[in-house]
Amino acid sequence: MEKFITHRGTAIPLRRSNVDTDQIIPAVYLKRVTKSGFEDGLFSAWRSDPEFVLNNPSYAGATILVAGPDFGTGSSREHAVWALQNYGFKVVLSSRFADIFRGNSQKAGLLTIILAQEVIEEIWQKIEADPQLALTVNLEAKSVTYGETSHSFQIDDYTRWRLMEGLDDIGLTLKKIDQVGAFESERASYKPKTLPALQ
Amino acid sequence: MGKTLAEKIWADHIVSSAANEPDLLYIDLHLIHEVTSPQAFDGLRLAGRPVRRPDLTIATEDHNVPTLNIDQPIADPVSKLQVDTLRANCKEFGVRIHSLGDSQQGIVHVVGPQLGITQPGMTIVCGDSHTSTHGAFGALAFGIGTSEVEHVLATQTLPLIRPKTMAINVEGTLKEGVTSKDIILAIIAKIGTGGGQGYVLEYRGSAIRALSMEGRMTVCNMSIEAGARAGLIAPDETTFAYVNDKPHAPQGADWDAAVAYWKTLQSDADAVFDKEITINADDLEPFVTWGTNPGQGLPLNAVVPNPADIADAEERGAAERALTYMGLVAGTPLKSISVDTVFLGSCTNGRIEDLRAAAAVLKGKKIASTLRLLVVPGSAKVRLQAESEGLDQIFLDAGAEWRNAGCSMCLGMNPDQLKPQERAASTSNRNFEGRQGKGGRTHLVSPLVAAATAIRGTLSSPSDL
Repeated sequence: MEKFITHRGTAIPLRRSNVDTDQIIPAVYLKRVTKSGFEDGLFSAWRSDPEFVLNNPSYAGATILVAGPDFGTGSSREHAVWALQNYGFKVVLSSRFADIFRGNSQKAGLLTIILAQEVIEEIWQKIEADPQLALTVNLEAKSVTYGETSHSFQIDDYTRWRLMEGLDDIGLTLKKIDQVGAFESERASYKPKTLPALQ
Repeated sequence: MGKTLAEKIWADHIVSSAANEPDLLYIDLHLIHEVTSPQAFDGLRLAGRPVRRPDLTIATEDHNVPTLNIDQPIADPVSKLQVDTLRANCKEFGVRIHSLGDSQQGIVHVVGPQLGITQPGMTIVCGDSHTSTHGAFGALAFGIGTSEVEHVLATQTLPLIRPKTMAINVEGTLKEGVTSKDIILAIIAKIGTGGGQGYVLEYRGSAIRALSMEGRMTVCNMSIEAGARAGLIAPDETTFAYVNDKPHAPQGADWDAAVAYWKTLQSDADAVFDKEITINADDLEPFVTWGTNPGQGLPLNAVVPNPADIADAEERGAAERALTYMGLVAGTPLKSISVDTVFLGSCTNGRIEDLRAAAAVLKGKKIASTLRLLVVPGSAKVRLQAESEGLDQIFLDAGAEWRNAGCSMCLGMNPDQLKPQERAASTSNRNFEGRQGKGGRTHLVSPLVAAATAIRGTLSSPSDL
């Protein structure tokens, strides 16, 4: 995974609440067996509307999505994260993320930052007034900055460290694999196994 | 201070724990399917890693399989490639798979319980958000993304931050015609689609205790629709009796040891939940959604709400958008809304009791000529059971289509989809925009309401017949 320290880019306002992962990427796009090429499915139903904000050329090239509350609800599909990344997004800001979506984003290296809804509203107004306004997201300093304004955000230390170092979670766990083995040796014999198959 | 059930299961599965780090949790069972696993197997191959515990892993084909002509090759080449990829991965890594045509194939959350590999006190994960279904057995079960699927395949563990706990007390007695589906839809309408975020829900109270295992699965299934990754119910005699005759139930002395442990799996009397809410089961009515998220629901006797009456600006805007999408006008009685399709199936309501309940309503009657009724059993075994009871004939005589097992129209990934602006009454779990097909409009209902709606043509309960 690529290290994430800071990112500077323009932002796009998505003034909708409860954007579920079926909206981010509908199921018909989930048939692929790769992690790439999902950008064509991103918000596909809404993109057929010329008024939809992603179709507004003023926001072309934006890398930060500023979303309404409860972003990423519903299905556990990590394809939603890949679709956002494949399209070019590096960061999503929202006042509330669904648990599974947030977990997936932190595994895949898409930074999801929680800011108060008043702050999201303020950023919406700023970028609607000036779509070329650049935002700087600094994970080390835990801040989102534009012009003279800076907002701090919270993120747990472990996830922040892992994202800043670009570390693979599996590699970290494999360092503790002896402890996993020790745990397994104590597991109760009545716990079910899938093999051999009984039916 | 005592512990809640979720805290007990969590504590029993900690492999390692350190300050300022997530706990490393052992996973007892990993369920996989064709859609969220191929990239995870690719990751293993790239890193040269094996599946650590194939004997705690099981695969089935459900999301992207057809429900017609299953004896023929899958027509859509992209879908076929995905299913073939799962089969090849299972073969390469030694994972048990129940493929299309196998008598144990079906929706992953129907298959686990029917095999008896879903048991109390376990940690269960799957790359599917409705894994919460297995919580009905007093297991801590939750959906994960593909990165986590790969992590579990490689290590049989997951690093996780401990969630908070919420008690949902459902006290009283359900009226005739009111079901577990109505309980969970009413809970979601009360706490909202984000109400459970960060929590494990524990459903408690006399109305929950009175439910069958299948009813409990319906409740736990939709925990994610309230924003919670997991929801569970303490195991009791109903649970033990259900597990007892299943193929993978513990045998002999193992059974006794298991039951002794399972009996400890209750929240202690002095346990403190981070949040607690209460629902009165006596007051519940058949429930139906009118909008585009599962929290936008009302009793069937209500009218389509007026967004202008909603105080919260965010919710008001969402309601306005939902009514436009759904093609509904405020003030319209819900019972006057006519539908084009009725879908009976899914991991929420595709089990044998659901089919029996709907068949009892449909027996000797015909569906309205204005609609189609799609009956999709949750698993091949449910289909065979229904056929042995003659339920298939009741559905066919009523004018329904009797399909093979899979997720089908619940998520509209296979050919079973709504057309733009087609309206459905669906026993599934999500009424999101386009969920059942681009432009499709979904009303979530119980199997009883689905069956009555199929007969009358408009949203109805059996008492309207």
